[in-house]
Amino acid sequence: MIRFVLQRLLLLPLLMAVFSILVFVIVEAPPGDFLTSYIATLASSGSSIGAEHVEALRRQYGLDQPIWVQYLKWVGNLLQGDLGLSLEYQRPNAELIGEQLFLTVVLALFSFVLTWIIAVPAGIYSAIRQRSVVDYILTVVNYIGVATPNFMLALVLMWVAFAYFGISVTGLFSPEYQGAEWSLAKFLDLLAHAWLPSLVLGIAGTARLTRVMRANLLDELNKPYVVTARAKGLSEWTLVLRYPVRLAFNPLVSTIGWYLPQLFSGSLIVATVMNLPNIGPLLLRALVNQDMYLAGSILLIYCMLTIVGTLLSDILLAWLDPRIRMEG
Amino acid sequence: MAGAAADMSAAEERISVASNWTLVWWRFRKHKLALASAAILAVLYAIVLCPDFFSTQHPERTDARQAFIPIQSIHFLDDGKWAPWVPAAVGKRNPVTLRMEWGADPSRRIRIGFFVDGPEYRFLGLVRAKVRLVGPLDPEQRIFLLGSDRMGRDQWSRIMHGTQTSMTIGLVAVTLSVVLGIVLGGISGYFGGWTDQVIQRLIEILQSVPTIPIWLALSAALPRDWTPTQVFFAITVILSLIGWTTLGREVRGRFLALREEDFVLAAELAGCSRWRIIVRHMVPTFLSHIIATSSLAIPVMIINETSLSFLGLGIRPPAISWGVLLQEAQNIQTLALAPWLLLPGLLVIVAVLAFNLVGDGLRDASDPYSK
Repeated sequence: MIRFVLQRLLLLPLLMAVFSILVFVIVEAPPGDFLTSYIATLASSGSSIGAEHVEALRRQYGLDQPIWVQYLKWVGNLLQGDLGLSLEYQRPNAELIGEQLFLTVVLALFSFVLTWIIAVPAGIYSAIRQRSVVDYILTVVNYIGVATPNFMLALVLMWVAFAYFGISVTGLFSPEYQGAEWSLAKFLDLLAHAWLPSLVLGIAGTARLTRVMRANLLDELNKPYVVTARAKGLSEWTLVLRYPVRLAFNPLVSTIGWYLPQLFSGSLIVATVMNLPNIGPLLLRALVNQDMYLAGSILLIYCMLTIVGTLLSDILLAWLDPRIRMEG
Repeated sequence: MAGAAADMSAAEERISVASNWTLVWWRFRKHKLALASAAILAVLYAIVLCPDFFSTQHPERTDARQAFIPIQSIHFLDDGKWAPWVPAAVGKRNPVTLRMEWGADPSRRIRIGFFVDGPEYRFLGLVRAKVRLVGPLDPEQRIFLLGSDRMGRDQWSRIMHGTQTSMTIGLVAVTLSVVLGIVLGGISGYFGGWTDQVIQRLIEILQSVPTIPIWLALSAALPRDWTPTQVFFAITVILSLIGWTTLGREVRGRFLALREEDFVLAAELAGCSRWRIIVRHMVPTFLSHIIATSSLAIPVMIINETSLSFLGLGIRPPAISWGVLLQEAQNIQTLALAPWLLLPGLLVIVAVLAFNLVGDGLRDASDPYSK
């Protein structure tokens, strides 16, 4: 078990190194840099800056150096925990990302928990009562859930809430808690706001997991050990919950590996539409404005979240299922 | 009794001489939902072939005085006789908000017809044509079957053109992924060794990439001055670059299993080239499976394209796609005034649903010998 975890952990820096190159190339790819768009903005507002000033700025941000020097500098700073300075906001990136990163993770985890709370019982129920009315309804809901893009669902919910109930469901906090210190009241306020975006974010995943759970359980329910247990007179619910459900869980756990990272990157769209304080909208803005170090840092954070999500599920699965440990 | 036995054997004979594809078709036919979905997809692809025939007017025709006109529903009968019409929209300015408020005036009817001549267009970009599925009898009039947007453009016609872009992107991106997946997965599985190692590591890296942020960053890196066609192909390539990995893995697995089969050994002994063995002997054995998998991949691509375009980093106006159309629905205040702007989203859901159902049906049918 320890060897398995160590192997995975050793791979992590290697992957991050590959990703850092990938991210840097992508962020550097657009023609021009932040200064060209900065000068354009200045020019459109009527002011202009002299050529020497531009050169000074270029030198200050290291934009005049060859690309690989810029890359090494960037990675070197990252390793020391320095995410660099946002060219647009003129503030340290770490400061900009800080709380929003926390809220991104909270939203994804919240959505994850919500997904499982809904999907597991729904899957169990429709497997046990196969071909019942509820099973058919759940199947239809699942198909539609998978087919609806996240942003579409968010739009419809926001529209219904606004047009018919006159309320706005955007944001994660009530105005009075916007800039407040963390407290229990603020946390409760967060929970009151977060469930809807979490549901929107998790809808496709919930639909998929319900189907997986249902299929897994159906496979298990026909096995001889279930018949034996039933013949011995175990009550139906104890029987189902104690044996087949536990076995049906394993393949479900292996879905965490792709599901959790998907939640992280999917939250970008939901957060943009529902105006949530999340690193997604921040990335979008940074990309449009060519604020490349900010965009690069956020992209790397997404990579990190993805890898950690996969790692967690690998470890969890190895812990649950000894056969996987042996292979690894 | 003897007749029944003869029937039985006739049916059995029919099954035993049927080709693999015939068996797949027979099995697919049993899924009524999948069959109905296939019909929907057929209609959508007919629109892809010629969106102009289905639209009532040019998708870019603007008129600021005809902004936010609600849906005009078609009435087929007039005094009990066949004479299709739509009620004319009459606008009144609200004296307080100064906003235009539209109402339908059933007394003023715009006569419409099917297969009528409308503004000229080029069928498949080549042949000049005028006939349109539905349109006003008087070419001076405009009708808005699905309402109009903030610039007074006809949403019905725009949806038809958006269908062309979005459905094509899904198909082309998946085709590209399939080609990449078969070639790289095939090489990986057939040759093994260090080639396999390199490709497997590449797949692993690509699979741990956070898809949506990287897609966004890549599309943001596209030069601003590219033409819509260039952007279209770039987006397609970006989508398929990450999409091929799942298929690549599957193909590799199949190749690894098939490599040991007798018929491959026989082909090798008969002196077939490697390329011929792969293309003529191995690929056909799992082609139906690949088709099923890719028909399940198309809806994912469609959702991705729609989301990218909706965020403003995919297809860009003046090109029209479902995502571009939904950008008009971004503002909740606008949406409260003009809820019909959400209709392109309904089409996205219908298309994705249809693809999923057809894909499920194909997946079940792709192995006709299974129970």
